[in-house]
Amino acid sequence: MKLLIKNGRVIDPANKIDDNLDILIEGGKISKTGKSVDAKAETVIDASGKIVMPGIIDMHVHLREPGREDKETVFSGTMAAAKGGVTSVLCMPNTLPSLDSAEIINTMKAIIKNTANVDVFICGAITIKRQGKELVNIGGLKKDGIIAISDDGASVDSDELMLKALKEAKKEKILVICHSEDKALSGKGLVNRGFTSTRLGLRGISKESEYKRVGRDIKLAEESGAAAHIAHVSCAESVEIIRKAKKKGIKVTAETAPHYFSLSEGDLLDYNTNMKINPPLRAKDDILAIKQGLKDGTIDIIASDHAPHTENEKEIEFEHAEFGTIGLETELAVSITELIGSGILTWQELIRKMSLNPAMVLGIDKGTLGVNKDADIAIVSPDKEWIVDKAGLVSKSKNSAFIGRKLKGAVECTIYRGKVVYKA
Amino acid sequence: MTKKKTAKWVHKDLLGLEYLSKEDIELLLDTAGSFREILDRKIKKVPALRGKTVVNLFYEPSTRTRVSFEVAAKRLSADVINIAVESSSVKKGETLNDTGRNIEALKADIIVVRHNCSGAAAMLGRNVDISVINAGDGWHEHPTQGLLDMFTLRKKLGKLEGLNVSIVGDIAHSRVARSNIWGLTKFGAKVTVCAPKLLIPPEIDKMGVRVTNNIDEALAEADAINVLRMQFERDDMKAFPTQLEYFKNFGITEDRLKKAKKDIIVMHPGPINRGVEISSQVADGANSVILEQVTNGIAVRMAVLFWVSQARDKDKKDEITH
Ligand SMILES: [Zn+2]
Repeated sequence: MKLLIKNGRVIDPANKIDDNLDILIEGGKISKTGKSVDAKAETVIDASGKIVMPGIIDMHVHLREPGREDKETVFSGTMAAAKGGVTSVLCMPNTLPSLDSAEIINTMKAIIKNTANVDVFICGAITIKRQGKELVNIGGLKKDGIIAISDDGASVDSDELMLKALKEAKKEKILVICHSEDKALSGKGLVNRGFTSTRLGLRGISKESEYKRVGRDIKLAEESGAAAHIAHVSCAESVEIIRKAKKKGIKVTAETAPHYFSLSEGDLLDYNTNMKINPPLRAKDDILAIKQGLKDGTIDIIASDHAPHTENEKEIEFEHAEFGTIGLETELAVSITELIGSGILTWQELIRKMSLNPAMVLGIDKGTLGVNKDADIAIVSPDKEWIVDKAGLVSKSKNSAFIGRKLKGAVECTIYRGKVVYKA
Repeated sequence: MTKKKTAKWVHKDLLGLEYLSKEDIELLLDTAGSFREILDRKIKKVPALRGKTVVNLFYEPSTRTRVSFEVAAKRLSADVINIAVESSSVKKGETLNDTGRNIEALKADIIVVRHNCSGAAAMLGRNVDISVINAGDGWHEHPTQGLLDMFTLRKKLGKLEGLNVSIVGDIAHSRVARSNIWGLTKFGAKVTVCAPKLLIPPEIDKMGVRVTNNIDEALAEADAINVLRMQFERDDMKAFPTQLEYFKNFGITEDRLKKAKKDIIVMHPGPINRGVEISSQVADGANSVILEQVTNGIAVRMAVLFWVSQARDKDKKDEITH
C-alpha cells in the first residue's frame, strides 16, 4: 500500500527542510522525499498550496479512560486528535484509578491497542493515587511502558518526596512532568487573582501559587540532575524563572497551552465556564510574556492540556464547574492564528514546538519526516479561516474555550503510520 | 413614564450595573422617581404588569429583598410566586438552569433570582428567554440595591456627580459594594472603599475607587457613607480580628460622625448588626436614611420590573413583524 503526497510545502524542522516536495509512504513509513517523486501509488494526495508537516505530538492530554468514559475515551479522544492533526498524544495519569500500577498500565495498554486512532503514550503517576504520599514503582512502570511520570492535576507538595522522585527518575532515565501549583496558595481559587477575580466576585488564584512551585521544582531538578518538564506555564514570572534556569544550564523544559497565549482573564466576563481552567487565564501582560518565552526558546513546547468535561459538569454555576478546556481540535489553528504572521514564530519554529521538541523531550522516534520514520503527517491549509462550532467538535465533551472563535489554519488531512485517519 | 428623554431600554435581563450605561441607569432612576410618588398615594397600584407573573427564586434566605420585590411586583399588578430553595438541597436537586427552564415552561415572565454563587444570574439569563433580574449573586453584584442606594442619594442631595461616597465594611465579599461602585462611578461620584486590608479585594482601585484602611479618612470628606453588613461567621474571616476589634476600628459611631460633615448621609443595605458595624444611635439617628432606603427600594424594583418586561414585549413584537 503506497501513498503519495504531491506538491506540498514540506516543513520538517528535524531536517531543516522548507521546500515544495513530494513524499512517498510505504508500509506506514516515509520511503522517499524529493522533487517530483515518480512512483505508482494507490492513493495520491494533491497538497498544492498546503503545508505538509510532521504530525503534532501533544504531550498533555487527558483521555479520561479508564474511569470517566462519559467525558472522553481513548477512541473519541484520538478521533479528536486526528482531526486536529495530532498523531501522538501523551495521556495523563489522573484517570480512575490513577495510572500508578503495573495492572492499570497493562489495562491501559490493552485499551490503546484496541481502540486508539493515533499513538497514545502513557504518563504514569509519580505517587500512588496521585496523593503525594508514596512513590510509585518508577522503574517497574517504565518497563511496563510508561515514558514519563506526573501527578498532573496535583503537585507533590513534599520537597523531600519530590526530590526522591526526581532522583529515581534520573536513575531510570524517565521524564518528570511537573504540575507546578502550590495548593496552599491557590486554595479554592477559581480565576486569576486580581482585577478579574475582584470584578467577578470569585476567589482568586495567585500567580505566586504557580511560579513559586515552578521555582521549587526547578531547584529540585537541579539538585537531582533529572530531566524536569514544567507543564502548562501560564504567567510571566514562571517564564522568567525558567529562562534564568535554562541560562544557568539546568535541565528543564517547559510547555504552554494555546489558551495561555490567546485568551486572557478579560474573556471571562460573562462567566463562561469553558474558560475556567487551571492554571487560570491570566492578564494581557502574561500573554505577551508567554509569547516572548515561545519566541526566545524559553518555552519549548505547545501542548493542549485537553481536558474534557461533560455538560453536566460545565453548564452549572461557575464555582461548581470543573476546570479545563478541550484543545486537541483547535491547538494548531489557535497557534497559527496567534503566532504566525504576528512574527512571534516562523513555521519552522511553530512546527518544532508542536512535534520535534515534544518527541525529543519524551525520547520518542517521531516528529520528523525523515526517510524510514513513521509516516505521521498533517496536511494543513495555512490561510483557511474557520469558526469553531460546538456541533463540529468530535471530542466526546464539547467544553471548548474557543467556541465561536474565528481561527486561521485548517487541518485538511491527517496521516498516521501511513493511513489517512482524518480528512476534512 | 419619563418626561425628558425617549427611552431606549434594550436589556432582557438586569444582571449588574457594570453592564448598564449611564443612560440606562438614569432611565431606571427617573422611572423609579415616578413610581416613588405612587407609593405615597392612597391607591398604590398601577396596572403596568397586569397578567404577568414574577417568580422570586431564592437560593439564599433573604426576607427583605424578597419582600421588596414582591411588594414592587404587586404594586404593578403582577402575580407573584415565591420559590425558596435550600442551598443544602441544591447538590442533589435539579440544576439552576433546569429550574429556570421549568419556570419558563410555566409561562412566567420574570425570574428574580438570589443565589450564593457569583455569576448565577448571568448563567440563568443565558439559558432562558424570559427576563432574569439579579437579586444578588455571590459576591458579584446586587444591582437593585446599588440602584436604590443611588436613588436615595440623588433624592437627598439632588445629584450624584461629584459626590464623595464612602463604602465601609467587607468590600471583598460584598455584592452591594460592587454594584454601588459600578453605578456611582458612571455618574462621576468619587467613591472610597474602606476596610481592613484583608477585606479589600485585589486591584479594586482599577474599578475607579480610592482605597483606605482608615475609617476617619473615609469619613473626612464624605457626603455619604454606605455601611455594609459584617458577617463574622464566614470562612474567610478566620484570619480576621474579632467583632469587638472591628467595631472599635471601623464601627460607625456618633463620636466618629462628629468629625465628618454635619449632614453626612448614613446608609445601610440591612439587615443591621447593631453594635457590630454601626451603633444604634447612628442607625436610628438624624443622618440615617436606612428606612427611606427600604421604601425607595420598592420604587426602584418597580422600575426594573417594568423595563425588563418592556424589553421582552418589544422582542416579541419584533419576532412577529419579521
Ligand atoms: Zn496540570
